Amino acid sequence: MTKKVYLDHAHLLHLLKAMIRIRHFEAKCVELYQAQKILGFLHLYDGEEAVSVGVMEALTPEDAIIATYREHGQALARGVDPKCLMAEMMGKLNGCCRGRGGSMHFFDRKRRFYGGNAIVGGGLPLALGVALADKMQRRSAVTACFFGEGAVDEGEFHETLNLAKLWRLPILFVCENNLYSMGMAVERAEADIDFVHKASGYRVAGEKVDGMDVVAVESAARNAIDRIRSENDPYFLECRTYRFRAHSMFDAQLYRSKEEVEAWRKKGPILRFQTWLEANRLIKPEEIAAMEKEIDFEIAEAVAYAEAGGLEPISELERFVTMDEVPA
Amino acid sequence: MNAPEPTFTPNRMTYREACKQALREALLSDPRVFLMGEDIGRYGGCYAVTKGLLEEFGEERIRDTPLSESAFVGAGVGAAMAGMRPIVEIMTVNFSLLALDQILNNAVTIPHMSGGQFAIPLVIRMATGGGRRVAAQHSRSLEGWYAHIPGLRVLTPATVEDARFMLKSALADPNPVIIFEHVMLYNMEGDFPSDMKEVDIARAKVHRAGRDVSLITYGGSLFKALQAADALSSEGIDAEVIDLRTLRPLDTKTIIDSVARTRRCVIIDEGWRSGSISAEVGMRIAEEAFFELDAPLRRVCSREAPIPYAAHLEDACLPQAATIVAVARELVRPS
Ligand SMILES: Cc1ncc(C[n+]2csc(CCOP(=O)(O)OP(=O)(O)O)c2C)c(N)n1
Ligand SMILES: [Mg+2]
Repeated sequence: MTKKVYLDHAHLLHLLKAMIRIRHFEAKCVELYQAQKILGFLHLYDGEEAVSVGVMEALTPEDAIIATYREHGQALARGVDPKCLMAEMMGKLNGCCRGRGGSMHFFDRKRRFYGGNAIVGGGLPLALGVALADKMQRRSAVTACFFGEGAVDEGEFHETLNLAKLWRLPILFVCENNLYSMGMAVERAEADIDFVHKASGYRVAGEKVDGMDVVAVESAARNAIDRIRSENDPYFLECRTYRFRAHSMFDAQLYRSKEEVEAWRKKGPILRFQTWLEANRLIKPEEIAAMEKEIDFEIAEAVAYAEAGGLEPISELERFVTMDEVPA
Repeated sequence: MNAPEPTFTPNRMTYREACKQALREALLSDPRVFLMGEDIGRYGGCYAVTKGLLEEFGEERIRDTPLSESAFVGAGVGAAMAGMRPIVEIMTVNFSLLALDQILNNAVTIPHMSGGQFAIPLVIRMATGGGRRVAAQHSRSLEGWYAHIPGLRVLTPATVEDARFMLKSALADPNPVIIFEHVMLYNMEGDFPSDMKEVDIARAKVHRAGRDVSLITYGGSLFKALQAADALSSEGIDAEVIDLRTLRPLDTKTIIDSVARTRRCVIIDEGWRSGSISAEVGMRIAEEAFFELDAPLRRVCSREAPIPYAAHLEDACLPQAATIVAVARELVRPS
């Protein structure tokens, strides 16, 4: 029985807005990167927005999230304040992690956002622990664990799926299969590219979903979460998606053709959803314009907040290397 | 096969029993505490430390794990972030290399990198050290490596008293703590004052006071150093023996105070010499007490080779009392 997503007008607008927010936020990040206000690595989520937006719709505030270094989308869709995110990217003290993590390491304790992790596969074991802690403390929360298909190459993926099933932990594994890990095409890295089949090797149930279709992702995630809660079991969702831009900011993209990227762009999640809404007269052009204006205003505010932010004093550099107490 | 369990007074026991009592006390006093590791439940622990705990506390709190060091150590990190107080056992330090990513990249990094949003109150226990004729892959002493890492507390209980009480301090610490139990100590018996409730892990301990030379060590080498001190005393050399107890953060003050008194120092470390904790101790003395010294700093470390199986070769690899005696004697009475 698949659950229908209740597509009222407000919800449709909300989904579109959440995706456009991520897209515009990142477009601003690129500008700031070029202006050298954002430094280091910057992994854009351009093309993959439907995945985090769709999944996040199915989660409650009690649920937990674990993400990768490509986590701008997850953080924004989870409702982490764009101001703190932008400030974090710019290395400011008013950033979500005081400017210590940057683009790859957003954390937000209040939203149970357990981090962007820059070790491929490194977040998966953490998901076990968070889910185990919830289970042992008799909380009904689910942990959504996002990772790229490259993480499936790592041993930690296999150890984690096995333990999740063995201990019947409430984890939603979200594999963002964008077909490449850096320049490594999935079929050149994995002997079996049927990830749902792989998960079933650990007796973790799962399904493949079109990660370019936000409604399909939301629907699949809602069903998955219901199933996790009712059957007390992990679930595996493979979201088929595509990264439109470079892996990070330094990438000549020698491993794929422009035509391939263009073909995928035509299937882009925002383009596709917006076109569908327009064709079915579910949204008015002025609604889109108003939405974009609001988003751009939000982002301008975020940039202003970040620009105004101070720098963490060097004297605080060693603060929190060890903690004085466990935060309440 | 099974020898009857020896019975001891409440404050006299083996090191193994002390470790177990510490775990029992932790499980009884805090419902957030649970144990995870390979063969800690039905098997009773590869060094029999956790024997009986499964029966007493049940499967939810005494969790046998598959052979997935990275996954279950990472699970410990995640559980600590989400409100639990996990105690993870890795059979031996040799296998901890498969979990190094979780220890270094997550456990000790997230508190700082998240701007102090998360603490990781995780305790990891593991056996360390050589001497059991089990060849290179089971005999390493890597506690010095771990002591390199900011954010980690590294405890090396060498006495029954420390085995019994260091865990309590480790659990009170909001940071990741690794406890290294030397494999040669589990059968050792010892006692402690019957009214003892806790130990101070911030201080190194002067086990034996002396005037002529400081023997600075930790873990399994402590007893070799004490043996060496006895032998030296019969030659009229009065050695002081210091047990570092905590390799990170180091109690530099106790070290410096001792060396300032004796003016000579031998550091004994079962790790390899290059880049070792003994190098760190020596450098701190050089930085802070150079002008107190009457003789060059000396070290007795493991030979720089994988530890072989054959008994004579293994013995030659590890620090031994006789070597300590020879090195100390040469310092005090140069030939
Ligand atoms: C353990 C580890 N190995 C290598 C890297 C370098 N690296 C960073 S991202 C990446 C590709 C990962 O691809 P995937 O998991 O598919 O995620 P995507 O970037 O496609 O979102 C690699 C190899 C790393 N960060 N961690
Ligand atoms: Mg990928």
